[in-house]
Amino acid sequence: MTTVQPTSANFWNDTGKTGITSWIFSTDHKRIGLLYFYSTLGFFLVGVLLGLLLRIELMAPGRTIMGPETYNATFTVHGVVMIFLFIIPGMPGAFGNLVMPIQIGARDVAFPRLNLFSWWLYAIGAVIVLTSLFTGGGPPDTGWTFYVPFSARTGTNVSLAVLGVFTIGFSSILTGINFVTTIHRLRAEGMTWGRLPLFVWSIYATAWVQVLATPILGITLVLIMAERILGTGLFDPGRGGDPIMYQHLFWIYSHPAVYIMILPAMGVISDVVPVFARKPVFGYKMIAFSSLAIAAAGSLVWGHHMFTSGMSDTAILVFSFLTFVVAIPSAIKVFNWVSTLYKGSISLEAPMLFALSFILLFSIGGLTGLILGAAATDIHVHDTHFVVGHFHYVMFGGAGFAFFSAMHYWLPKFYGRRYAEKPAIVAWALMFTGFNILYFCMMVLGLKGMPRRYYDYLPEFAPLNLVSTIGSWILAAGLVIMLVNLFRGLFRGEPAGSNPWGGATLEWSIPSPPPTENFDREPVVTHGPYDFTKAGVQ
Amino acid sequence: MAHEKATHHIVSYKNLFMVWLVLLSLTGLTVWVAHHNLGIGHVWGSLAIACVKSGLVVAFFMHMKYEGRLLRLLLFLALATLAIYIGFTFFDVLYR
Amino acid sequence: MNHAVHKDYSGAKLGMWLFLFTEIILFGGLFLLYAAYLSRYPREFTAAGQDMHVGFGTLNTVILITSSLLAAMAVTAIQRNERRNVLFLLGGTILSAATFLFNKYLEWSAEIGNGIYPGSPRLGNGPPGESVFYSLYYLTVGLHGLHVLIGGTLLAVVAVRVKRGTVHAGDFVLLENGALYWHLVDLIWIFIFPLYYLIL
Repeated sequence: MTTVQPTSANFWNDTGKTGITSWIFSTDHKRIGLLYFYSTLGFFLVGVLLGLLLRIELMAPGRTIMGPETYNATFTVHGVVMIFLFIIPGMPGAFGNLVMPIQIGARDVAFPRLNLFSWWLYAIGAVIVLTSLFTGGGPPDTGWTFYVPFSARTGTNVSLAVLGVFTIGFSSILTGINFVTTIHRLRAEGMTWGRLPLFVWSIYATAWVQVLATPILGITLVLIMAERILGTGLFDPGRGGDPIMYQHLFWIYSHPAVYIMILPAMGVISDVVPVFARKPVFGYKMIAFSSLAIAAAGSLVWGHHMFTSGMSDTAILVFSFLTFVVAIPSAIKVFNWVSTLYKGSISLEAPMLFALSFILLFSIGGLTGLILGAAATDIHVHDTHFVVGHFHYVMFGGAGFAFFSAMHYWLPKFYGRRYAEKPAIVAWALMFTGFNILYFCMMVLGLKGMPRRYYDYLPEFAPLNLVSTIGSWILAAGLVIMLVNLFRGLFRGEPAGSNPWGGATLEWSIPSPPPTENFDREPVVTHGPYDFTKAGVQ
Repeated sequence: MAHEKATHHIVSYKNLFMVWLVLLSLTGLTVWVAHHNLGIGHVWGSLAIACVKSGLVVAFFMHMKYEGRLLRLLLFLALATLAIYIGFTFFDVLYR
Repeated sequence: MNHAVHKDYSGAKLGMWLFLFTEIILFGGLFLLYAAYLSRYPREFTAAGQDMHVGFGTLNTVILITSSLLAAMAVTAIQRNERRNVLFLLGGTILSAATFLFNKYLEWSAEIGNGIYPGSPRLGNGPPGESVFYSLYYLTVGLHGLHVLIGGTLLAVVAVRVKRGTVHAGDFVLLENGALYWHLVDLIWIFIFPLYYLIL
């Protein structure tokens, strides 16, 4: 790859090694970060395609382009790809790897070879998942949640798919171990906990969730395989098992998993907003603390996915109450970001546009989460399209848009070139418009009673479904423009310089692209991450 | 990078041997307790003895007694997390 | 841009402990199921527990505790630069691991011979709680046995490096971490033993 700055020695060319093996066997966190970035982005596009196909099917009542079994498989694979192959590995794996070590003043992570192994596990797991789609009984049709008893009995390729997810989960665990150790042990001199960029705080909290929650996913997936292959019957009521126990185990991981998705995203926003408002972040300590609080409280609420499952009323009460508690630290972040904007000198480049829309879209998603978290109202909207609208607002409008913000904010650092701003803004506008049309309709449909994961629906739901599908096309158009513009810029755009945005965190103090060792000399940190004056960039 | 003087505390063979003897005795005790009528007390009694045994293994065989506060805190965090997973599930299991 | 390869002993240990936490929680999921089903089927669990081979279980407990002692002694030995002792102690640990697995093989052969295995007709015709007990037993003990195998292999790799001299008194974190993993295997069995063999 010689399209990048040929004149400076940087991590693209200073190791003397070339070719694909210098990438897939590299232990450089920046190369590994880009490996994660491209693989997860690739799967994101696969997931988008599946989503577009789902929307075409739902455009009109009855069969449009696929039959009911295909529909079940399509939404299952859409979910599995988006959650396990894109957003969970992508946020920590891509931007955590690329940026975090530099932000703490380190040369690399604590265990660089383990880091490479993590990516290989991800790649192997992804291949296994892909294989499951085209072999045996075909792609799984259980929904990404693999609920028993159906997942224990269906003839589709559940065991192989689940083995693939297990492998990816192991990758996630190792990344978590690596990042916790890195942040504890490799901070540069003067980089106290109180001077860490908020993105690092968010990666730290995320890493803890990866370490403590993912093993439960591991054992749950093993249990599905055991049910199918060994006939253990642990969730089979006919043999003394309890299907609700599966749901407990599944959601004990999968609820904290959504915080793996959103915490790094919030960290991106916390880094971007001060830079584009030219103002230190409001309430640094509270934002840092709230990241830990979200990780902790988010581990206590999994039962809110199970209000209609047959769980005890006591459990319903406890989990509903705690769900309201976990909303508090998220709200604190929103208040602090908005307070940072107040009297700031705001410039609306692409990273900031995506960040600002994150704040709005995440808030909508979060508030609808409260409607779902209140047990009484949940009874009405559980398993309807209201849920689908809710989680797309937080996962796509939230984590997704933050991912796009991070792409525009940080990739110029690693490629040394800039994208064109105007097409990026047009792309953002199309995406923001299309997104809201696509998903707001779903929330209305859900309240009106349209179930989720149903192949067909009542004729009265047809108009909103059509509008929603049109929204998906507008969103897709924006996505295409965004990606074409971004990559054209990264490979052929104007040189970015070391600090195109005027940031005060350590990554902006080194050349773009950075050298393999990141720093000539280990930095000595003397100011906070948003102290633009002391950093000399005000 | 933190350049630390590694305080490699060495646990003597004698101390390790003593811990082993205690572990064997506790094993004998737990088998003895199981064969005497205690009803459901069996489970809690066995778990209590298991906790003591594992505490000894963690403290002396795994050197936790000689490690810093951070590692002890983190172990507590992991165990507390597991306790919550099991405990909160019982809000459901016990009250159906 | 030369730099000394700096090895971070405390960092390596921290990383290992974090990995052990994940193993504790992995098995924790199975213990969660055990707890839930014990509270639902106390009598069937007790009845099934009475059919378990306490002799095998106790013997294997003693074997693992002793192997843990040997592994801990190996760490002391390497700190004292007693290389030959290290190799003997590690050898003893690995031998204990093999004996444990052999005992398991004997025990399971007997049980499977008696028609006790997941999905067996005998368990299918028995009370539901009994089938649940045995399914959990096979899964938990099986997963544990896999970890015994992994731990033994890991310690064998460490022993080779001790023999070669790449693990020594000045840099033994690999041995220490290997021993930590082995102790975890012991710890899990310390809970498996009373819950499956002494529920009487």
